[in-house]
Amino acid sequence: MKHDAATPAPDTSGVLRALRGSPSHRAPASLLPAVLSRVGLADLYWLLDSPVGAVYIAASPAGISMVSRAKSAREFERRFERLRGRTVSRAESRPPTVVQALMKNLKRRDRAKLQFDLRGLSEFERAVLMKALEIPGGEVRPYSWIAREIGHPEAVRAVGTALGKNPVPLLIPCHRVVRADGTIGKYSMGGSRVKRALLEVEGVEPKTIEDLAARGIRYLGNEKGRWYCYPTCGGTLSLARSNKVPFHSAGEALAAGYHPCEACRPAA
Amino acid sequence: MPQEAVLEAALAEDLEGCFERMVREYQDRLYSFAHRLAGNPEDAEEITQDAFVRAYRAMKTYPAERIRALSLKAWLYQITLNVARNRRRRKNHKLVSIDARDGDGRALFEPEDDPGSRPDSRFEEGRRRADIATLVAALPERYRSALILRYMEGLRLEEVAAVLKQPLGTVKSNVHRAVNALREALSNSRRGGAMARQEVVS
Repeated sequence: MKHDAATPAPDTSGVLRALRGSPSHRAPASLLPAVLSRVGLADLYWLLDSPVGAVYIAASPAGISMVSRAKSAREFERRFERLRGRTVSRAESRPPTVVQALMKNLKRRDRAKLQFDLRGLSEFERAVLMKALEIPGGEVRPYSWIAREIGHPEAVRAVGTALGKNPVPLLIPCHRVVRADGTIGKYSMGGSRVKRALLEVEGVEPKTIEDLAARGIRYLGNEKGRWYCYPTCGGTLSLARSNKVPFHSAGEALAAGYHPCEACRPAA
Repeated sequence: MPQEAVLEAALAEDLEGCFERMVREYQDRLYSFAHRLAGNPEDAEEITQDAFVRAYRAMKTYPAERIRALSLKAWLYQITLNVARNRRRRKNHKLVSIDARDGDGRALFEPEDDPGSRPDSRFEEGRRRADIATLVAALPERYRSALILRYMEGLRLEEVAAVLKQPLGTVKSNVHRAVNALREALSNSRRGGAMARQEVVS
């Protein structure tokens, strides 16, 4: 080793060895949670009833950080730690009222008031989730709609992957995104059976979507207004059946002189 | 970009989101440092906690450029050192004044001589046991922190100077004197410790 100016003559090597070799100490596990809680950055969780049964909902000061089903609090805590890389502890306080209200009625439109803590997700994944947040209760959109809306029309498969990683299902309603062929598709929190049940709770009939899709129908046109929509668009649902003109593609609708609905923004 | 700069940039961008990463990155170092300063795990944990909390509150008031320009490691060591010093000072303040008297005008504080509690005897004990940690703990503060930072924490001399806010030359000479004092103490103890106690630090 090169001696710097402050390193005295060689006979101090024993001292230096002893100093460098003196044991260092690892911070106790209690340190990090204590610090985070003192600066107000700790994650806390509640156990709430939801349309799919009891769910654990965690939040940090930045927003809701996780929604998950688990067999026990311990299992949830472990999963949270594994996925978010930090600890979570049971809240003493009551959950935010918006969250409580949403768990009772998923169709409520006050999701905009919620803050989400999506740290650790990529910009693309956040964009996908924020877009899913815009789909109103009682309606569904295909994966390709999200891809197009966030400016990555080619990334349909990646949209599916991003939705599968949604850390806050139910609150960010990824269950409202279905496959373009009308099949309901996968669902991270309990599979397609749970997804169907959720859609039914919200007033969507999975059977109707599937039947239309089976007949190759992607859009419905409003004959009077000359616009076309996704089959579940709120605008179309209110119309009488006779007014709905089925289209197999956007091209067909456009050729017939229809224009895309401004509310559900179908392909054009 | 070196690790420290990456973290500084991340903290400047999103303090709340990256603070935990910072704690994880530095908690072992700072805890170990606090342990060496305080000499026991309880104080060490409280010092480290306080240091991180202070760091967070300070960064909250800093504009992004200032966080990006921090020498994070040196800055955190500096806060930890200040917290430890302040605690020591506070503890000393809590002691009853030597002149304090009770209701009857008797002195509360008899200057009884407990040889076991005097710094000299701590030093003697360390010398007897050739225990480096005890010897270091008994060094005067200005030598001790420089020595710990340089050789136990492994900081470069420039970093030590930054932490202590002292000129490089002062740091060099303090470290030098501290090492010599320890060497002398250790060699004396090996020779049987029977020698008269010399001036610890010249």
